Amino acid sequence: MLNVSGVTKRFGGLTAVSSVDLNVQEGEIVSLIGPNGAGKTTLFAMVAGFLKCDEGQVTFDQVSINGMKPHQISKLGMVRTFQITQPFAGLTTLENIMVGAYSNTSDSEVAREKAEKVAETVGMKSLLSQGADGLTVAGRKRLELARALATDPKLLLLDEVMAGLNPTEIDEIVAVIKSIRATGVTIFLIEHVMKAVMNLSDRTYVLNDGKLIASGTPSTVAEDPQVIEAYLGHGAAEAMVAKS
Amino acid sequence: MSALGKNMMLLLAGAVLLMVAPAFIVSKFYIDVLTLIFFTAYLGQSWNILGGYAGQFSFGGVMFFGTGAYASSILLTTFGVPPIIGIVVAIFAGALLGFIVGFMSFRSGLKGSYFALITLAFAELLRVLANSVEFTGGGVGLFLKYAPGLSNLQFETPTGFYYFALLLLFISIAIALWLERSRFGAQLVAIRENEDAAEALGINTLRCKIYAIMIMGAMGGAAGTFYAQKYLYLDPPIAYSIHLSVEMLLVTIVGGMGTVFGPLIGAFVLHVVNEIARHFIDTPGLSLIVYGFILIIIISYLPNGLIGMFKKKLKQTDASALDKLKSDQGDGNA
Repeated sequence: MLNVSGVTKRFGGLTAVSSVDLNVQEGEIVSLIGPNGAGKTTLFAMVAGFLKCDEGQVTFDQVSINGMKPHQISKLGMVRTFQITQPFAGLTTLENIMVGAYSNTSDSEVAREKAEKVAETVGMKSLLSQGADGLTVAGRKRLELARALATDPKLLLLDEVMAGLNPTEIDEIVAVIKSIRATGVTIFLIEHVMKAVMNLSDRTYVLNDGKLIASGTPSTVAEDPQVIEAYLGHGAAEAMVAKS
Repeated sequence: MSALGKNMMLLLAGAVLLMVAPAFIVSKFYIDVLTLIFFTAYLGQSWNILGGYAGQFSFGGVMFFGTGAYASSILLTTFGVPPIIGIVVAIFAGALLGFIVGFMSFRSGLKGSYFALITLAFAELLRVLANSVEFTGGGVGLFLKYAPGLSNLQFETPTGFYYFALLLLFISIAIALWLERSRFGAQLVAIRENEDAAEALGINTLRCKIYAIMIMGAMGGAAGTFYAQKYLYLDPPIAYSIHLSVEMLLVTIVGGMGTVFGPLIGAFVLHVVNEIARHFIDTPGLSLIVYGFILIIIISYLPNGLIGMFKKKLKQTDASALDKLKSDQGDGNA
């Protein structure tokens, strides 16, 4: 479904993302993990059209999307959420979600119904008339998800929708993501919350210093010495092996 | 009756009141003041579409007005085209100018104060141009013939112009009402609130902003013809006056940006304050100081405009009504 090959991004002298290859198949939940500053969000921004790739190819459903505008990519069915939530602050929850729903209809009644249905899916039904600027962190994260979902995407790019949530809220949103996948939406997510990564993903890619260092099922990746070193520092892998 | 139905009734009542008002107002002066209020409210609404709804503040809104005024006036004086056709050309000229300015500035990503300044620059550029080319009459200006008649969009009595301005006002309010209910309006508001998020949700932000500035341009163009046929004289400082650019944003900000009736309320309050200040204060210039002082108070204490003040109160009453309803139901169950 999504194919990324040899994608590179440089900011001046810094190579933020360095010839990354990855793919997401239809129906999967694939996660992208890595330490802070590894280039995950930059990679997402390139895939969604917010940044231009310096090198490499991105294709979505066999269509090359290099150089496309974000709204064109969104229309193709790949929709991103933002790590730093970007609500339409002056609008209510319902109006926020309706903007997403308008992606497929110009009829405001149809958009309203769609928005209400999506709000129910993500558990925001009681917050519909609440102003988006008055939402809690958990509420804003859900709103990001709801707006994207209202566009009827084929592939959702979720950028840290669990950051800043407490364990109960995380469990709730994990359930929501599972139910979204059950409706046939493919999901590609960036996440730091390992419990959720393990619980959700079919496959995981690990990015460190802009390079992919590992990929595979979550459990094999978690045992990969390179991954352990990326997170815990040089020598950590041996120390852990010695301990066990 | 539903809240929407009630609002529609109020709206209709207001419209009828304005339509029959001239029958009860004897003074030509008051008719003229009202005409001017409608005209300013109309221009304010044109600014409101791009500034209030789409969040793109322009500081040179007068450029559409001036271009429309010149378009129909030149057609009339040079080619003898009646203004009733001229106003259509003026509308298209304004929209075309809107497209050019919008395409050039939005495509290169100008926003905020940069966009405001570029529109100011465009208006100034057009003023200088109008001053230096021949077909606009240059600095001498254009004199239009007084020949009342519908095809000339001129009227013998102030009441005629009153209705002309009222028609423009109704059209502008209809456009704003449509924005409130339509997808296009929601998309403009989304762009105002967060452009990146709007893009991510599939909104072609560039195209929406260009459409918005084209609507503003079309409206401004029609206003230009109205003005030229009412005052029968046009020169570059009038056609491209910064004062008018400021006035259209001022009435909107004072009344309430991004609201249907903000520009009308703002225009009404500012004109009335202005007239009262002029009436009671004899010292020349002092009335302007009073006017400015009132503006400062309104803007610093009512950031959402006068409408914002009412809306807050409405919301409070809504909430208390809802609480009452809930407690009533609670009683019923008990």
